[in-house]
Amino acid sequence: MAAGIFAIRRDWGGGAVAAALAALILGTLAAVAWQARGLSGLGPWDWRAVWFTLWQAMLSASLSALLAIPVARALARRRFPGRALLVTLLGAPFILPVIVAIMGLISVFGRNGVLNDAFRAFGLPEITIYGWQGVILAHVFFNLPLSVRLILQGWQSIPSERFRLAASLDFAPADIARHLERPMLRAVLPGVWLAVFLVCLTSFAVALTLGGGPRATTVELAIYQAFRFDFDLGRAAMLGLIQIALCLAAMSLARWIAIPAAFGAGLDQPDQLTGPRGWRRITDTLAITLAAVFLLWPMLAVTMRGLPRIPALPADVWDAALRSVVMALISAALAITLSLVLALSVARSKSRLIEAAGMLPLVASPLVLGTGLFILLRGTLAPQSLALPVTIAINAIMALPFGLRALIPAARDLRADYGRLADSLDMQGLARLRLLTLPRLARPIGFAGGLAAALAMGDLGVITLFPSDQPTLPLKLYQLMNSYRMADASACAVLLMAISFALFWLFDRGGRLA
Amino acid sequence: MRLQALTLALLAASPGLAEDKPVLTVYAGDYVTSEWGPGPKIEEGFEAFCNCDLKFVTGDVLPRILMEGEGTEADIVFGLNTDVTARARASGLFAPHGQDTSDMSLPIEWTDEIFLPYNWGETAFIYDETRLENPPASFAELLDAPDDLKIVIQDPRASISGLALLLWVKEVYGDQAPEAWAKLAPKVLTVTKGWSESYGMFTDGEADMVLSYTTSPAYHIAAEEDLTKKAAIFPEGHYFMTELAAQLRTTDQPELAQAFMDWILTPDFQKVIPLANWSMPAKLPQADWPQVMRDLPRPEKTLFYTEDEAEALRQPALDEWLRAFSQ
Repeated sequence: MAAGIFAIRRDWGGGAVAAALAALILGTLAAVAWQARGLSGLGPWDWRAVWFTLWQAMLSASLSALLAIPVARALARRRFPGRALLVTLLGAPFILPVIVAIMGLISVFGRNGVLNDAFRAFGLPEITIYGWQGVILAHVFFNLPLSVRLILQGWQSIPSERFRLAASLDFAPADIARHLERPMLRAVLPGVWLAVFLVCLTSFAVALTLGGGPRATTVELAIYQAFRFDFDLGRAAMLGLIQIALCLAAMSLARWIAIPAAFGAGLDQPDQLTGPRGWRRITDTLAITLAAVFLLWPMLAVTMRGLPRIPALPADVWDAALRSVVMALISAALAITLSLVLALSVARSKSRLIEAAGMLPLVASPLVLGTGLFILLRGTLAPQSLALPVTIAINAIMALPFGLRALIPAARDLRADYGRLADSLDMQGLARLRLLTLPRLARPIGFAGGLAAALAMGDLGVITLFPSDQPTLPLKLYQLMNSYRMADASACAVLLMAISFALFWLFDRGGRLA
Repeated sequence: MRLQALTLALLAASPGLAEDKPVLTVYAGDYVTSEWGPGPKIEEGFEAFCNCDLKFVTGDVLPRILMEGEGTEADIVFGLNTDVTARARASGLFAPHGQDTSDMSLPIEWTDEIFLPYNWGETAFIYDETRLENPPASFAELLDAPDDLKIVIQDPRASISGLALLLWVKEVYGDQAPEAWAKLAPKVLTVTKGWSESYGMFTDGEADMVLSYTTSPAYHIAAEEDLTKKAAIFPEGHYFMTELAAQLRTTDQPELAQAFMDWILTPDFQKVIPLANWSMPAKLPQADWPQVMRDLPRPEKTLFYTEDEAEALRQPALDEWLRAFSQ
């Protein structure tokens, strides 16, 4: 009886956070529809946008997940100098501000890019990045890092004792794949695919800049058009609703496919595996090298171009940078707290509703969210005073799904492996948090916090309706571009990229050292 | 007693209450208030004589006004484009500007009594003469150019200059616009959300030409001493673009708002425009223009649709554009 009451009390937090999330995301949508006095119908171009969005998101997600497997496996079973640094660096594109990533991809794959220069020198035909292939390329560039990280965590979640047992049983690589790796992938891949699919579902700037024209119109662009071009809030709300419906369908599909793996607890002994020898050593090297070149080159290209001009950046760019860093740190703290509450609650109750609510921010259209909030908050306080707090809160919420993808599996394992022991010791409350939960979950917490900080840093501001006289760094970047100052803008891009990475690295490293 | 003292101290510390100056709230686009835009100079200039506090509020101007309705805090909106004036006018939120617009320095006649232009320019394709030695000399030549001449344009659904291109093609080619788009589409390297992404791709050498403004070369000449960026001037004409200001009917500072509207067409204000806004001043004798603006090549013909025409053409022209690019 007493235990039951405790269980209810402990689950209260997760349920409340989930309910608040759902209320925020569905409530803002309702507010937009209400302002429009109902939903309006969609035209043929809207439906084309829906189909293109689905198609590109499926292809991008499948490619990202498939390509990530050999890279994650190679990183999991090989040890080499600089491996930790490489793992961190390979995560970088995911947190790269979109505008910076596009600059980088164009300077490598563009018409005037390094690759085409080389092709021309050898008399080979040129390739073009503009078109659906560019959209897919950019999405894989953004999401391969996320996929590799999540799959790598899957590999690392198999206790090293299992690998040692496999070695002592003289398992061939194929046997390891069958008994250890495939069950793990079966459990992890659907979630990875889903995460990437959902990210690509709300893609906006990438599809627009690299898509080569209106054939590559996504739902999010159609929403933007409904707001800006037609001022048709009813259509915007309708498209926002479709986006959420697609998300929920994809989520239930992934839930249905995923089967949890059960490897049991390990002793956290450092694994000293060398990985299989022979040709697999070569393919592993190849996988890591190709991924590194593909992911790091565009960032290097952006850096080379912008770095020399950083000292010449005007003073208020630095003010904006400081402001953005403070906002990112608050966002990250908020995101960690919320995602920890949600993840622990999901692990305890296995509640699909709470998990689904945690994924909702991923498919909420930032435009609908911002406009809905504006309608709801209008008349309460001066919009100027709301701009920064609302930006911080929305950035924290937008980062939740990514943190949860890393935290939920870890929290489930924690619950399965140590939950009963902790319960039998009657370890509850703060003591359990301090002695068990935080130390065991330090890595995914660091990862989640790093992601939240970096994503908040690079966000242009989902809420253009909330005016502010305190510009953030990404906004400064756009102001520079809008004032023809492209060289300063590329220096600003490097600064933005460097700060985003530094924030991610600090959190991630902190989590791994804890 | 101590509480009272504390309250007084707080009140004294609050700058708005201490200065006790009336505030003129101006909603403006983001680029206006950046330190490189015209905003800071406009604020300084107006505050020099108005005995007031001019406050810029940036963001999506019109969507915000339309949602706020009569409860809006705005006294002035600054930076509307002609593509949205029909919807802005229909809201009934704006009051006449009360200015004489008979002798403006615009290439077209301006008779609108609500929306007042403060700058102007025309759409144009910009090229770099060191990279493109034989630029097309007319719109027809551009359409007939080989498909490896690559241009970047902006999406008419997301950007005002993209919409201007739509109307430009419509006015030059009329019923033949679908054929014109079919010829242009293979040369379009990509379509970006806004002007700045396109322009960045052009300066990076990705594209040979970019959809921009006749005034764009002025920036390169004046700020970078770079004489290689040119606007391709077409005899078929160029589409007129202007940015507008208007005062709200519901303003709680009617005298200040009117004073601001009265100030816009004065030389004091207009001299700020060319080198901060990189566009032509709306009312300023040519002798007072900066040399760089006077030297810019001018199109012989300026094309412009009235508000009603543009509003009626918007959707059909967009459908033509979408069809051409979806082949």
